[in-house]
Amino acid sequence: MKFTLSWLKRHLDTDASLEEIGKALTAIGLEVEEITDRAKDFAPFKVALIEAAEKHPDADKLKVCTVKTESGMQQVVCGAPNARAGMKGIFAPENTYIPGLDVTLKKTKIRGVESCGMMVSEKEMQLSDEHKGIIEVDDSYAIGTPMAGIFGLDDPVIEIALTPNRADCAGVRGIARDLAAAGLGKLKPLQTPSVTGQGASPVKVTIEDTEGCPLFLGRYIKGVKNAPSPKWLQDQLKAVGLRPISALVDITNFICLDHARPLHVYDADKLSGDIYVRTSHKNETFRDLNVKAHTFKGNELVISDEAGPQGLAGIIGGQDTCVEEDTTNIFLECAYFKPERIARTGRALSIDSDARYRFDRGVDPAFLSEAMEIFTAMVLDICGGQASEIVTAGQEPNWQTEIEYDPAYCAQLIGLDIPQARQLEILSALGFEVSGSAPKLKIRPPSWRGDVFARADIVEEIIRIEGFDKLPAVSVINDTAVPSGAETPLLTRMRTARAALAARGLQESITWSFIGRDFAAAFGANDNQIAALTLQNPISSEMDVMRPSILPTLIEAAIRNEARGYPSAALFEVGPVFAGVKPEDQSILAAGIRTGSNAARHWADKTAARPVDLYDAKADALAALAAAGAPAENAQISADAPEYYHPGRSGALRLGKNVLAYFGEIHPATLEDMDVKFPIVAFEVFLENIPEAKKKSGTEKPYLTLEPLQPLARDFAFVVDEQTPAADIIRAAKSADKTLITGAEIFDVYQGKGVEPGQKSIALSVSIQPTEQTLTDKDLEGLMARVIDAVQQKCGGVLRG
Amino acid sequence: MSDITTLKTELTTQIEAANDLQSLDDVRVSALGKKGRITALMKTLGTMSPEERQTTGQALNALKDEIAALIKSQEAALKKQALAQRLATETQDITLSTRPQRQGAVHPVSQTMEELVTIFGAMGFKVAQGPDIEDDWHNFTALNFPPGHPAREMQDTFFLPEDPSEEGERAKKLLRTHTSSVQIRHMQNHQPPIKTICFGRTYRSDYDMTHTPMFHQMECLYIDRDVTMAHLKGCLSDFVRAFFKIDDLPVRFRPSFFPFVEPGAEVDIGYVKKPDGGIKLGKAPEGEEQKWMEILGAGMVHPNVLKNCGIDPEAYQGFAFGMGLERATMLKYGIPDLRTFFECDTRWLAHYGFDPLQRPNAATGQ
Repeated sequence: MKFTLSWLKRHLDTDASLEEIGKALTAIGLEVEEITDRAKDFAPFKVALIEAAEKHPDADKLKVCTVKTESGMQQVVCGAPNARAGMKGIFAPENTYIPGLDVTLKKTKIRGVESCGMMVSEKEMQLSDEHKGIIEVDDSYAIGTPMAGIFGLDDPVIEIALTPNRADCAGVRGIARDLAAAGLGKLKPLQTPSVTGQGASPVKVTIEDTEGCPLFLGRYIKGVKNAPSPKWLQDQLKAVGLRPISALVDITNFICLDHARPLHVYDADKLSGDIYVRTSHKNETFRDLNVKAHTFKGNELVISDEAGPQGLAGIIGGQDTCVEEDTTNIFLECAYFKPERIARTGRALSIDSDARYRFDRGVDPAFLSEAMEIFTAMVLDICGGQASEIVTAGQEPNWQTEIEYDPAYCAQLIGLDIPQARQLEILSALGFEVSGSAPKLKIRPPSWRGDVFARADIVEEIIRIEGFDKLPAVSVINDTAVPSGAETPLLTRMRTARAALAARGLQESITWSFIGRDFAAAFGANDNQIAALTLQNPISSEMDVMRPSILPTLIEAAIRNEARGYPSAALFEVGPVFAGVKPEDQSILAAGIRTGSNAARHWADKTAARPVDLYDAKADALAALAAAGAPAENAQISADAPEYYHPGRSGALRLGKNVLAYFGEIHPATLEDMDVKFPIVAFEVFLENIPEAKKKSGTEKPYLTLEPLQPLARDFAFVVDEQTPAADIIRAAKSADKTLITGAEIFDVYQGKGVEPGQKSIALSVSIQPTEQTLTDKDLEGLMARVIDAVQQKCGGVLRG
Repeated sequence: MSDITTLKTELTTQIEAANDLQSLDDVRVSALGKKGRITALMKTLGTMSPEERQTTGQALNALKDEIAALIKSQEAALKKQALAQRLATETQDITLSTRPQRQGAVHPVSQTMEELVTIFGAMGFKVAQGPDIEDDWHNFTALNFPPGHPAREMQDTFFLPEDPSEEGERAKKLLRTHTSSVQIRHMQNHQPPIKTICFGRTYRSDYDMTHTPMFHQMECLYIDRDVTMAHLKGCLSDFVRAFFKIDDLPVRFRPSFFPFVEPGAEVDIGYVKKPDGGIKLGKAPEGEEQKWMEILGAGMVHPNVLKNCGIDPEAYQGFAFGMGLERATMLKYGIPDLRTFFECDTRWLAHYGFDPLQRPNAATGQ
C-alpha cells in the first residue's frame, strides 16, 4: 500500500516529521517498506533563464547558451532545438548526477567551447520519454525555484506492507486514523457531501445472489464529460504508481486508495437494460478490462445486464461497458461482496486488482452510502452532469459484534499493566465503542474492523498503540536445577549417527524431499505410492514425487560434484523418506554414498587411493548403527538388499524382521539410467527400526571381569567353496568353544595358485582367553582340533596344509 | 697395599679405554669375574693375619665397589653414545604429509538445530517432531486459517492428491508450510504445561534467489496458566542473544499478523551497515544508524488454536514463535546465498560445515 505525505495530511492534522511518521507506522504494525523522498534527489535541479543562445562556432546543431542561474551566469553548450534566448528551463550544475544518463556532470569542453552544467530534458530526468527538447517552464517561476515543486515531485511517497487483517488500512484514511490514535496528530472529520439526486435511476438493480452480494447501491449520472482528470489528482495517482486514465477512472481509483472502497463506473449507454448481481452460468463468457477473455465455471459472482456478465464482482470490470473518452451517461456501482467469494474467484482466475485486494480482506460494510455520495460529488465536480437518486438493492450485512472485556485481562495476557483509562482512550481513538463497567465492559468494534472478535484482539489493539517497546522482558527459566534431556530418542539417534558419519569422513548434505517420478520408481516406489505421493503443483517434473529413498538426490549431487572436477565425494544425509501420505508412512533414515577413491595417493600408504568399495559402505552403515545405539554386532546379515543395489555386492542388516540397514554398490543399470559414469557405493540406515534400549535395572554398564591370564591367538587357513560366506566360518570357529574362544577375525582371503578353481582359502585368527588356569599344550591342541572339526562339519572347510 | 693402588690405576685406565660395551664387559670379567683379579686378591684374604686381613679386606672391598661403579657409569656413557649414533642414522623427513584421513563435516543447518536444542534445552524446552506430509486441518484450519482466508495465500502450498481413507480437511494432503503443525499435533496429545520446540523441513512453492521450495523452520511453544507476552519477549531476547553470541544485541518487537497468534509480532534484531556494504549484527555505536532486520514471527497463541487442540483457552495461555533456520544460519555464519545450502558442493560443505567433534553443548554456551 503506497501513499504520499500530502495525501495522508488530507486526513491527518499533524506536525510530525516524515521520519516520525515512518517510525510510528512501523511501531503500530503498519510496517514501512520504503519511504521515497524524491524532493531530495531533485534538489540540485532548479529553474534558470537562458539569456542568450548563440550558434556554436564549430557545430551546426549546437548552441552556446548563457544561462542565468541562482548562483550566477554559466556557459552551457546545448543541442536542444528549443533552446533559445528568453526561455526558462531546468539547470543542473556541475557535479550533479543525471538519473536518465547515469552520469555525474563535469566541467567539459564541447568542440572547443567550455560547457559548465546542463539544461535537462524530461527523459534525462526520467520523468517521461520526452527527449525532443529541454524542459520549458512557465516564465512566472523565479530563477532558483526547485524543480520538484513544479513537477509535483516534492511529495514523499510512503509504502507500507499491509498484513491481511488490516483491510481498513488499505485506504489512506484508515492509516491516518491509526496514526492519530498513536498520538501523531488529529484525524480530520470526514466531510461527507450530500448530493440531491434528481429522479429515479433508469437502470434498476436486482440481487439474485444475496449470499455473495448482500447490498448494492447504484446511481445514474447523465451528461458527464470524461476528460483527463485535474493535475492534483493525476499527480497523486502518479506518485503512488498509478497511470492516470480519464477523470472517471481516476476518481474511482482515488476513492479506492483514499477510503479502501472499490467502486465501478459503467458507460450506461453500453448497458443493455437493468443490472443483475448473480452467479455466473457455466460456459458464459466475459471479456475483462484488460481484454482478457474468461469462460465461467458457474460459481463466479458477476454483475450482469440483460446481455450477459459485464463485470466480475469485486475483481474487475468488463471491456464491453467500460467508460471511454466520449462517455456521457454513466452508472455508478458501490456494493458489498462477501470476501470469501471474491477471494475464491480471484484465486481461481489469477486476477490481482486493487479492488480484489480490498474485497478479499473485507471492505467496510457500513460505508456504502457515504462512499456513493463522495463518489458522486467528485464526479459532478470534475465531470459535471446530473445525478439520479440512489438505487438500492439488498441490505447492509450484519457486522455488529459485542465483546465482553475485563481491562485486567490486558496485564494477564501480556504482562504489562495499562491503566483502564488509557486502554479506553486507545480504543475510542480507534473507533471502538465502550459501555458498561469493569470487569464486564462491553466493546463494540467499528464497522471497518471486521478482524476484531475476541478479547485477545482488544488487547492487541491496546498494546500495538501503546507500544511493544513498553512490554517488559521476563526470562523463561528451566523448572529443574539441571535440564533433563531436550531431545526425543529419535533426535538423539539422528544426532549421533550424523556425528559418527561425519567423523568417518562423510560430508553431511541436505537435498530435496522430492524427486522425479522415474527416480522414485527406480528407488523402490510402486505405482500406487507414486500416484499418492505426486505433488499437484511441483516446481518441475524433476521434483514432483516425495522420495522413497535419499539416494537419488545424493547420487545427483555426486554427478554435480564430478562435473565440477571433484570425482571423489562422500556425502550423507539424515532425513525423511515416504512410503505413503500418512504420518506413519514417513521414516527417518541416515543414508550416504561414496564415489571415486577413498583418499588421495600417499607416499607411505600405497593402498590409500584405492577405489571405494562395498566394505566402505558397510562400515558406514555399521558406524551409524552403533552410534545410534543399535546392537549391530547381533545383526544378521543377508544378501537381499533392494533391486537398486548390485545383486552380488550388497546386503541387508537385520534384527529379526526389522531391517536396520542396506549397503552395497548401486546397481550398474540404475547408474546407467541416471547417466552416472562411475561406480557408487551406498548405505541406508533405518534409524527408527533400531530397538529402544532397555531400561537398565542396575548400573549403566555391566560389571567388567579382567582376566588375570594372558590371551592367546592361533591362526588357521581353511579351503572352502568360494560361495561360503566368511561369517559362517567365523561362526563355526567360535562355536568350537564358547567359553575359551572370545573372537575370530579373517585376515586373508585368497584365490589363485595353489587353490582349486571354485574354492577359496580363508585365513583366520582365533582369540582364546583362558579363564581358570593356563592352558597346557594338550588343552590347546584339543581346542584347535575342535575348531578344525567345527569348520569342517559346518562349512566343509579343509585345513590348508 | 701398593698392589691394590697399582691395580686400581690399571683397571681405571682399562675402563676408560673401553670404547664399546663388549670391551667394557671384558674389563669387568677380568676384574670382578670368578677368575678376575680383584676376586683373586679377595681369595688371598684367608691366608692373612687378622689385623692384615682387616685392613686389606677393607681396601679390597672399597676397590671392588669403586671399580663396579666406574664400570656402571662407563656403561651408561657408552649406551648413550651408541643410542646417539643409532638415532643419527634414523632421521626421517618430518615435512612429509601424514597418512590421509577423510575430513567429514556436519551441515550448517544441522549445526544450527543442535545449537537451538542446547539453548532451549537449558531453558527447559523439549523437542517435539512431526510429519512433513500434513493435512489441511493440521497445517491451516487448526491454526485458525479459515478456508478461503487470504492468509492462506501468503504461503504457496504444495498439494498432494487426496487421501481416500480420510474425509474432509484431513483428506486434503499437502506439504507442511510451517512447523506449526507439529505444535498442533503435540497439543492434541498433551495438556499444559507444554514447553516444546520443534524444527524440520518445510515447503513452499517458491524458487528464486532468496527462496527455495524446501527450507527449515524452528518453532517454540510455551503454554501454561500464566505465561505472558513478557515471557515471550524475555525468552526471545535471551535466545537471539545466546544464539548470535552478542550480549547486548538489540531486539525490537513490532505488531504484525499471523492467524494463529493474538497479539502477533514480528521480531527484528539490530545491525549496522559496514563501509564495505556488509552488515554487522549488534548495537549501533554512538552516531551511527541502528538498522533492523526481521528475524522471526511471534505472538500469544490464539484462543481458537488452543480450543482446536482441546486446551481450555480460559484456563491456559502462552506464546509461540517461529524462525527460518537457513536465514539465521546465514546471518550467524556469514553464508551469502540460500540456494547453496542444498547444492551439496563438496567445497561448500568443507568450508561451511562443522567438525563432528565440535558439537554444540552446554559447556561452550551452546
